[in-house]
Amino acid sequence: MENKNFKQHLISVTVENKFGVLARIAGLFSARGYNIDSLSVAETEDPTVSRMTIVVRGDDRILEQIYKQLNKLIDVIKVQDLTGEEFVERELVLVKVNAPNPSARQEIMQLVNIFRAKIVDIGKKTLTIELVGGSAKVRAMLELLKPFGIKEMSRTGKIAISREFGKR
Amino acid sequence: MVGYNGKKMKGAQILIEGLKKEGVEVIFGYPGGAILPLCDYLYDSGIKFILVRHEQGAAHAADGYARASGKVGVCLATSGPGSTNLVTGIATAYMDSIPIVAITGQVATHLIGNDAFQEVDTTGITRPITKHNYLVRDVRELPKIVKEAFYIARTGRPGPVLIDFPVDVQRQEGDFDYPDEIEIRGYKPTYKGHPLQIEKAVNLINNSKKPLILAGGGVITSGASEELKEFIEKTSIPVAFTLMGLGSIDVEHPLSLGMVGMHGTRYANYAVMESDLIISVGCRFDDRVTGKLESFAPSAKIIHIDIDPSAISKNVKVDVPIVGDAKLVLAEMNKKVGRLDIKSWIEKLDEWKKKYPLKYEKDGLKPQYIVEKISEITKGEAIICTEVGQNQMWTAQFYKFKKPRTLITSGGLGTMGFGFPAAIGAQIACPDKIVIDIAGDGSIQMNIQELATAVSNKLPIKIIILNNNYLGMVRQWQFLFYNKRYAFTSLERAQPDFVKIAEAYGAKGYKVSTVEEFDKIIKEVIEEKEKPVILDCRINPEENVFPMVPAGASLDKMIEGLA
Repeated sequence: MENKNFKQHLISVTVENKFGVLARIAGLFSARGYNIDSLSVAETEDPTVSRMTIVVRGDDRILEQIYKQLNKLIDVIKVQDLTGEEFVERELVLVKVNAPNPSARQEIMQLVNIFRAKIVDIGKKTLTIELVGGSAKVRAMLELLKPFGIKEMSRTGKIAISREFGKR
Repeated sequence: MVGYNGKKMKGAQILIEGLKKEGVEVIFGYPGGAILPLCDYLYDSGIKFILVRHEQGAAHAADGYARASGKVGVCLATSGPGSTNLVTGIATAYMDSIPIVAITGQVATHLIGNDAFQEVDTTGITRPITKHNYLVRDVRELPKIVKEAFYIARTGRPGPVLIDFPVDVQRQEGDFDYPDEIEIRGYKPTYKGHPLQIEKAVNLINNSKKPLILAGGGVITSGASEELKEFIEKTSIPVAFTLMGLGSIDVEHPLSLGMVGMHGTRYANYAVMESDLIISVGCRFDDRVTGKLESFAPSAKIIHIDIDPSAISKNVKVDVPIVGDAKLVLAEMNKKVGRLDIKSWIEKLDEWKKKYPLKYEKDGLKPQYIVEKISEITKGEAIICTEVGQNQMWTAQFYKFKKPRTLITSGGLGTMGFGFPAAIGAQIACPDKIVIDIAGDGSIQMNIQELATAVSNKLPIKIIILNNNYLGMVRQWQFLFYNKRYAFTSLERAQPDFVKIAEAYGAKGYKVSTVEEFDKIIKEVIEEKEKPVILDCRINPEENVFPMVPAGASLDKMIEGLA
């Protein structure tokens, strides 16, 4: 059962863009029993550096350990807990929903417009939507799409970057 | 610099030249197909090669060498089973923060991932038990990798580093372009303690009435014995040691309380429970040290000096953390502290010391007596290796350690079979010292094949087997907590004749079962200079290690001798 002191944290980690680094990070989390909600990784503006955005849950003690253990890895350059700072977060979601008749299509397309999402594929019975946004927007849109029946979904997990004007 | 003497070199040669640059004098290892090019060049490289009889022995020997000398130990094995056999040794070194560099052969790069003969994902397997590891994919990376490996192994909180070296890269040609300096952007250990934190700590110390120092393995790693001694003598604060901290200063120092924890002294554990300020130096608050965490040192504030930030507040919540090297931090604190007015606290501890000494009944040949006697004859100055179990705890309790790097024991991982190969490494590091492995009849059989290594290198290691025909520590737990149901702990049915084993390998062997017999032979055993010697001591099989804090109980809930 999850502890009520558990909070979600968004951690941004810059790492050496090297073979095996993802395995080191993933191994650290599994070996110490920390859960990863999502993890996304790709090269940064410097091709020798990758940025990982990791969403984890834990209490303060666990977060402190995660921070320290990540820092302990030789290939980790910098660890930043963005929670509690001003940051921009985005997630890309591809979602295939049931749209068996014109009225359903109509309604879905309206939602797509309101959320500034995009229809990226149309089939006989489904529509596939591309949605980009922060957690609140993604959650709201998915909630509204649920009644139509979500057939399949693929999410990138969050990525984030801190704002120039620092802490809250 | 291009090449070496203007010539191109093979990968194997580049690695060897790197080892020489790092001052490596000896490698413990075992050859095999995927490491043959390297072995071939090592053959006349001038670096001494100690051929072990099982790769686990190589890792432990490199570890023992590192612990005894303070230098980086090096071990070598081939791919596949060679590297998996190193795993226990690497994990042992990792848990105790010992600097070793392990070099493993690997199948050719084009075969990696194909389930080739003797292929195993060595870097994958060793990732959680190394401080860092490398797979050399190109000979051009090699000089930097070797330099980094040694740098990472010996700096900060030391630990094992592995280099996985594919056989084709060993044969690739490249330049020996060895970097003088190294800069790793993700690795910047903190050595100097933060002045503000030190000031806070000094304030707490000055206001404490019942302060206590916990000295851990970090004191030994950082060479902080002098500074620690100065600190306690200046302030008059008493000190207790973790298993790994034994030897950091003389255990018979008037301010010493001996070992703390599960099999620590009563007075050390009582002191922890009563203290109002614990100053931990290089100790990571292992569960064998703290007992039940929630009731650990209930009235104490905690100052924690450690070079590894992740050790701080991992188990015990710390009031004043000081990240830094123990030696530097203590030296800094020594400038700021003075004598404390804690006479009544010291008196109380002295009273406890008198009231609750470590004791045992003196009937028959007792393991405690054996350890005491060895301590007396060697004047507490031998290098003592132990296996794991009762032999380890009796050694910790009854040997009077005086100096750092004289106790070599697997504290964190608790590896049976560690002591003897570690003794081989220690004897090679310190050829003029007396090196003794205090063993159990179970543990010694886990790496007994290394007798061949010791004999062939004329290492006069003394193996004292505290032979009770049992896996004694497990039997002790069964006696206390499992209704005396001795599941799988008796070795009696096929206990070998250790004297004959010794002789079969060309070592010496003796067996004793009384105090008189033991007293008669022990000096001769300790003075042996030519070859390893086994002394099989038939002790009372019922003997247990006391006092004892049952696992998960508070430190003041100790049980005493029941026998």
